[in-house]
Amino acid sequence: MSEAKLDFLDRSRAFWNPGKTQDWQDMGIDLVIDRREGYYLYDMDGHRLIDLHLNGGTYNLGHRNPELVQALKAGSERFDMGNHHFPALARTALAEALAACAPSPDMRYTAYGSGGGEAIDIALKTARHATQKRKIVSIIKAYHGHTGLAVKTGDDRFSKLFLSEDTEGEFAQVPFNDLNAMEDALRGRDVAAVIMETIPATYGFPMPMEGYLPGVKQLCERYDALYIADEVQTGLMRCGEMWGCTKYGIEPDIMVTGKGIGGGIYPIACVLISERCGGWLKEDGFGHISTGGGAELGCIVAMKVLEMVQRPEVRTMVKYVSDYMRAGLEQIMAAYPDFFAGIRQHGVVMGLEFNHEQGAKPVMKHLYDNGVWAIFSTLDPRVLQFKPGLLMTQADCEEVLRRVEIGVGLARDEVMGSSRHSYRKSA
Amino acid sequence: MIMEPQVRTLVDIADTPAALAGQADIVLERARWAAEVFRRFDHTLTMSIVDAVAKAAHETAGRYADWAVEETGFGVAAHKKIKNELTAHPLVDFYRDQDFVNPRVDEARKMVEIPRPAGVILALAPSTNPIATINYKILIGLMTRNAIVISPHPAARECSVDAAQLLSKAAQEAGAPDGVVQIIEHPTIPLVEEFMRSEKTSVTLATGGSAMVRSAYSSSNPAIGVGPGNAPAFVDDTADIDKAATRIIESKSFDNSALCTNESVLIALESIDKRLCQALRQNGAYICDADDVDRLRRYLFHERGFNVETIGRDAVWIAKECGIRVPENVKVLIAPITQIGVEEPLSREKLCPVLAYHVVRSRSQAISQARAVLRIAGAGHSAAIHTTDESAAMAFAGAVEAYRVVVNAPCTQGAAGFSTALAPTFTVGTGYFGRSSIGENIGPQHLVHWTRLAYNSSPDEAFGSYHGVSVNLAGPLPTAPADGVPGSTVPAVRASFNASSAESLADTSREELRKMIAEELRSILRN
Repeated sequence: MSEAKLDFLDRSRAFWNPGKTQDWQDMGIDLVIDRREGYYLYDMDGHRLIDLHLNGGTYNLGHRNPELVQALKAGSERFDMGNHHFPALARTALAEALAACAPSPDMRYTAYGSGGGEAIDIALKTARHATQKRKIVSIIKAYHGHTGLAVKTGDDRFSKLFLSEDTEGEFAQVPFNDLNAMEDALRGRDVAAVIMETIPATYGFPMPMEGYLPGVKQLCERYDALYIADEVQTGLMRCGEMWGCTKYGIEPDIMVTGKGIGGGIYPIACVLISERCGGWLKEDGFGHISTGGGAELGCIVAMKVLEMVQRPEVRTMVKYVSDYMRAGLEQIMAAYPDFFAGIRQHGVVMGLEFNHEQGAKPVMKHLYDNGVWAIFSTLDPRVLQFKPGLLMTQADCEEVLRRVEIGVGLARDEVMGSSRHSYRKSA
Repeated sequence: MIMEPQVRTLVDIADTPAALAGQADIVLERARWAAEVFRRFDHTLTMSIVDAVAKAAHETAGRYADWAVEETGFGVAAHKKIKNELTAHPLVDFYRDQDFVNPRVDEARKMVEIPRPAGVILALAPSTNPIATINYKILIGLMTRNAIVISPHPAARECSVDAAQLLSKAAQEAGAPDGVVQIIEHPTIPLVEEFMRSEKTSVTLATGGSAMVRSAYSSSNPAIGVGPGNAPAFVDDTADIDKAATRIIESKSFDNSALCTNESVLIALESIDKRLCQALRQNGAYICDADDVDRLRRYLFHERGFNVETIGRDAVWIAKECGIRVPENVKVLIAPITQIGVEEPLSREKLCPVLAYHVVRSRSQAISQARAVLRIAGAGHSAAIHTTDESAAMAFAGAVEAYRVVVNAPCTQGAAGFSTALAPTFTVGTGYFGRSSIGENIGPQHLVHWTRLAYNSSPDEAFGSYHGVSVNLAGPLPTAPADGVPGSTVPAVRASFNASSAESLADTSREELRKMIAEELRSILRN
């Protein structure tokens, strides 16, 4: 490590976040991202990484995508954040563009947040207003963000720390893929909404069983609860269609999109609201106010993102990337069957499952050393989140597979010993 | 009333370099993916795709011929139909015996040659032969397992886009990778230049105006570009005059001379001048007088060059436009000229049924005048001779700067390989004479290079036995599963467990199964 980086890390500990800075050093990831371009990250010491983390799809179209940079630059010749109190050209134009590609024809309105958490809060407040009920049901190990309401829907690791966990019994959590538990939670008809990541990301992308999500939607209809689709990580073509929920046959009542919608270049998040849920927008349109939410420059970028991801070429690319990665990963899995246990996949949303309770961490480390950046799942560290970008080139995919084969082999040796006949639990 | 959402662009960046590059990049990357998968296809599957596309091209030959004439105003629909048909099955059949997929084993030279497709071919198509060129470029691209991106001529955009999409669909339905044939739907010069200079373009196959061809060569990428034609045709005194006249008229009136291989200047020995004129007249030619020639010259050549309005127009139409009275059945206008060179515009290329006619005193003068014709334009392209004297043919062909000299045949069809044994083509290589990289008719062999496994030539080192040894031709990529989506494919065999155990545990969830197998593995490994 260079002197410059050591010095920088000291400063990072001193002024930014000592715990987070140190945790990465402890995991052997001394990454300080400097230059970035396409799907490449360059550490401040020059080490190149192919980015398969993409911050959950934020960099779906690559880092600093030139078309998005151009849209932002051109946009800034005319717009700034805008005045959130007034009808605004860019906010309305983006809302129309979203309505035109929404997963349900009923979706008309868009409310804006400056990030995903805020958008989730708006979605939950909208559901509460529409149903005049308070209770929210989410999935155990779900992750919807860290804002006031969103944090209560997720793992208590993130709420208890701040004494912000639910104490009023308004937030219930049920296991994923368990329709009986879901029905039990809804039966009392006191639930405003079920909020669902189409594929729970931070939980390592466990895949919904056939019929699970449509079953949840049916239960919502039966027990007068709304269905909120959190499409932050599964939307924008990552599942091979505009919205992942569409692939499972879901027309949500409310949908949240974030991360990738800002193209990694201007933060913005959007809540799509169906006509029947949008009552507060008429009753008191000033009910939710956000100065940064739906900043007009973000809207300009987001409109470009929507245009780009809907190009017919993107659909083909996603299919090629997912088929090619799958074929390559299956070969690697066949080479290390005792360690590399499974692949969870829907399009370019992928989780690699390792046969060890912390298995994804050494894999992450060895991939890092071999020039690939992919992150373990915080809430299930057996699983490595493996998230190629929509526009990955064939050459880069081949590079990734070459490096993953090496990295997985090294991680396996570290965890299970270099001989396949001498299993040992890692220390 | 419920309003429908409109998608608007508040900030239009479409013309910026970033947007143009982005647009080109995504099309080309899709093509690269397609090429990467396509190169794994075997010969049988490759040829079944080629045949399916040829069939689609053949079946729609008439429709697109009509459409092209209607859209561009060039040529004769019936002749375009023939061209469109020739560039379907006959083109494929011409190359059928050549294998661009399997390795060739050369025992004598102790060498194995493995075909390696170019990758992504950017194919520029002209307005004069839009559909035939598209058919031809797509088919030679597919024969060699390349992905093709067509850049249509703006004047023939609509029929070209429709035809390319139809062939793309036919290819895909026959099993070709998605995106193996694409077309730039709204070509502009800056956009096409982005395509030409992209690192993702393997080679540009440029047929069209000189500006585009030169631009392709300047792009920094490999290019196969061909120059314009301006074919001299020499009628020797040993020729069968009647046959020569028939062939010349047949050639010159074919598609109203929209092909670049058409005769431009007819050169005749004075001893046969009158007989030839008579024979030409009998075949439908109108021989212009000096006043007519003057009118033609003024009409066909502006200060800026050739009057493009006349490209592919018929003889009667042209005659009317410049006020020459001709019978309605005239197919070709013959314009006698006394000079060849800068002084005489009519000695330049004319993509219309107007044929300059020049009388010479000797064979050697014929050769020097033919060389002069090609010095004006058309170097490296085509020439024709009508003779029964081999030494005349040899002297002519060895002197003129053309890479194909058609003998006793219509030059239009003959030089393009449709009435000679030359390779059928819509890209006529003009070689070094014509500032091009290739001097023969372009075919699939130019879109593939060969990796050569070359053994030590020493007799001590034996050559290996390569029969039955193949390269990886795994075919299409299997579709990855979309877990949890009904009907999504799941590979039958997972690496960590075999199909039979999965079957017997059909009702056990995958999660539980994995746990069981992990346990099982651990216990095995412990022992």
